[in-house]
Amino acid sequence: MIDKYDAIVIGAGHNGLVCSALLAKAGKNVLVLEANDQVGGAAITREFADGYSVSACAHLLYKMQPQVEKDLNLNINLASDNLSTIVLSEVGEHVTYCGNKVTGVNESDQKNFAEFFKRMTRFSDLLNTYLNKPPPRLGTKNKKDLFTLAMLGFDLRRMGKVEMREFLRLIGMNIYDELDERFESPLLKGGLSLDSVLGTHLGPRSPNTILTYLFRMAGKHGTLSTPKGGMGSVTKAMSDSAKAAGVEIITNAKVKKVIIEKGTATGVELNDGTIYNSEIVVSNADPKKTMLELVGARNVETRFTHRIDNIRMKGNAAKLHIALNKLPTIKGFSESDYSQRILIAPDENYVERAFNSAKYGESSPLPVLEITFPSIKDSSLAPSGCHVMSAVVQYAPYQQKSDWNEEARTNFKNDIFSVLKQHMPDIENCCLSSEILTPLDLEKEFHITGGHWHHGELTLDQFMFVRPVAGSAQYQMPIDGLYLCGAGSHPGGGISGASGRNAAQVILKREKR
Amino acid sequence: MTPVSINTGRLRSPFYPRLAELDSLNTWHNWAGYSSAEALYCEDMEYFAIRNSTGVFDITPMTKYRITGPDALDYLNRLVTRDMRKIKPGRVAYAIWCDDQGQVIDDGTIFHLREGEYRLCSQERHLAWLTTAAIGFDVTVKEETAEIAALAVQGPTSYSVLKNMGIDGLDSLKPFGLIHHQIFGTELMVSRTGFTGDLGYELWIDPDKAIDLWDALFAAGKLHGIQAIGTHALDLARKEAGYLAPFEDFLPAETTVRTGRTRSPLEIGMEWLVDFNKDNFNGRRALLKEKAEGSTWRLVKLDIEGNKTADHSYIYADDKKNSDEIGFITSAAWSPVCKQNIALGTVRTPHGKPGDNVWVEVYYQREMHWNRVMAKATVVDKPFWFPARRGMTPPAPF
Repeated sequence: MIDKYDAIVIGAGHNGLVCSALLAKAGKNVLVLEANDQVGGAAITREFADGYSVSACAHLLYKMQPQVEKDLNLNINLASDNLSTIVLSEVGEHVTYCGNKVTGVNESDQKNFAEFFKRMTRFSDLLNTYLNKPPPRLGTKNKKDLFTLAMLGFDLRRMGKVEMREFLRLIGMNIYDELDERFESPLLKGGLSLDSVLGTHLGPRSPNTILTYLFRMAGKHGTLSTPKGGMGSVTKAMSDSAKAAGVEIITNAKVKKVIIEKGTATGVELNDGTIYNSEIVVSNADPKKTMLELVGARNVETRFTHRIDNIRMKGNAAKLHIALNKLPTIKGFSESDYSQRILIAPDENYVERAFNSAKYGESSPLPVLEITFPSIKDSSLAPSGCHVMSAVVQYAPYQQKSDWNEEARTNFKNDIFSVLKQHMPDIENCCLSSEILTPLDLEKEFHITGGHWHHGELTLDQFMFVRPVAGSAQYQMPIDGLYLCGAGSHPGGGISGASGRNAAQVILKREKR
Repeated sequence: MTPVSINTGRLRSPFYPRLAELDSLNTWHNWAGYSSAEALYCEDMEYFAIRNSTGVFDITPMTKYRITGPDALDYLNRLVTRDMRKIKPGRVAYAIWCDDQGQVIDDGTIFHLREGEYRLCSQERHLAWLTTAAIGFDVTVKEETAEIAALAVQGPTSYSVLKNMGIDGLDSLKPFGLIHHQIFGTELMVSRTGFTGDLGYELWIDPDKAIDLWDALFAAGKLHGIQAIGTHALDLARKEAGYLAPFEDFLPAETTVRTGRTRSPLEIGMEWLVDFNKDNFNGRRALLKEKAEGSTWRLVKLDIEGNKTADHSYIYADDKKNSDEIGFITSAAWSPVCKQNIALGTVRTPHGKPGDNVWVEVYYQREMHWNRVMAKATVVDKPFWFPARRGMTPPAPF
């Protein structure tokens, strides 16, 4: 332990690890403080039953930034790559899509899907350029910001008049209308609807769901893979890289507050009273937790506090983990189909209806699911011959009417199982044990306010220039030496490392000044 | 849901029946939703009551907020620019509060009623701001304007009037102090505060006892020249004292639309109220920056030659090479007690340092025709009116 660090990172989530590693590589003495007993934040592998493990939160990699992998010399071992998405049909006539190809639909849908994919990837490529750098500030005279803004305008215009118009038409729109215009197959529309709303408090008819779809496609065009050993192996690789660069990581070190003296962050204090000093404090925690709990309203301005308090970040996705003695039967499934990404979203209205309940504080009686059986390609996750199922279930509102008491949890689990049973009749016989993590559990376990996967809804009013809130988009908080590096800051959620990397860039640039 | 009946008309203060009896001019205006008299019988005579005997002004419309809870002190310390830790129970603080950009929202008085229990009073309503400012604090902000009736009792004989009423503890009550007194089976709060720059007190009581208080007060003051007064008399007195009025000498930041129309505390002569040594207060970052880079505006008190009131006049520098105007007058009056032509104004820095000479372009009308005079003025540092009795404890009896 040293007297004073150059930088302290609060939270060893994947963005915190990326940020700390990059700061250390630039020659800083960096300390990472993690509240839990292992690093990774929500990106960990979790043993939920004896011998059965899954990725605790996100279970698919689709956004990992190549630049982050390169900067950190990460060598992520993939268990599977380029997964297809299969939208289940009760009668076994499933729809499968991967890249710009779709099967199980008519010819016109196939043609339209390729066209849809082409346009969406084009738009998401444009978006992606701006996700991997600090967003420009509006209303500033800073040359770099003005240049980035001009480039954004230029890039838009360069797509051509027709495409630019189309981009501007679509960017605030809902996915439902766009899908309805293009496609006939209910299963395809259901699947794409789910893709657009995964991890958000939005239904396919909510405005802005095209933006969330584009965000998902940004980077790797939605190419899906699973890491060997679950998501924990990714963050393990990150923490190894950070340690190799000289980062000191302390687990079971819950930060009580950021110490602030006359508007400047000078260090942090742990729950046990230990104090660590540093000129730079970087928080991987979400903006609300950072500013309202760790910093405290008294240290920041009123309107700023108000904006932070108003960030919409109530999670709506639950995680279901099942230990299986064998794979359940799915009608019309070949062996290889089981290792793909499987969706239960029979049509776009089904998805919207599932969302309806969530608006009024109830979990969906007929939820939508994103299912994987990661143990098929990764035997380390379950005992030999057995399997695990990892599923994202929507919708499960954070503010459930009954505050997720035992009865509500049991009811929700029963609802999920009856939906599963329609497609996997023998699921109950295969099930050895199961657990469900509601947003409330995610909040408790991973210290994410509201249990929101993205540390804040990904909508236009909380995006780019105004993420987390207006006036603080460039990672620097209105306290000298305090920065955010988590998903609550630009660009947002998903295991990408972009927030952490952008934050590190901003911090290092400040140092040069 | 059953419909709720809301009185959408102008409110009347619990003192209204007594004011109405004394009123012969019928000039009422709207103050924060209440009818408030501009003058009752003669604004000049009402003004002289403040300076020569005792003027009584109904301040019930002053907005009052009760601030309680474990974080009350921390909340206030973040809200206002001065250090509230120094304001002990039984003391009152004049304070200003700013928005995030360090621009003044309003000024007011904060009464530390009892340990951890505060009342904030201001001319304008601020519940929205105070509620927003409470995010992250364990504090309750309660609007109690209508739950307390209040009178300002101001003037050289006010001490004797209140003593006559049987109020104890006035001898040791210093300026910006407060005491609680039992009367009419309820509690009367007496604070040595006011808006006149003179010896004076403010009385705060349950509205049900408002008439009892009025009657007792006027009975006690009968031989001491007690008079009810309206806002015009008070406004003249506050100008003499150099006190600022929102919407005249500065605009509450939350009400402006155009940029550059707000003022920071440093720009309205309130630097003495800004404590950069305390940890944080709203606007601190912006004000530190302003302090380092320099302010745009400066508030000036002007002693103007001649007797033509300089309302809304332009101010020019005393510099032959610079004929541009440097600012304008925001409040002006002929001060009867100082025998001075006085004004408050706002000028661009670096102009307006105490002792500087400036020129004021005064327009005045005589029988329809307009006349113009360029009057020389001097920037003064001290209030125009600051009698020794204002600070004396105990004050002299009459």
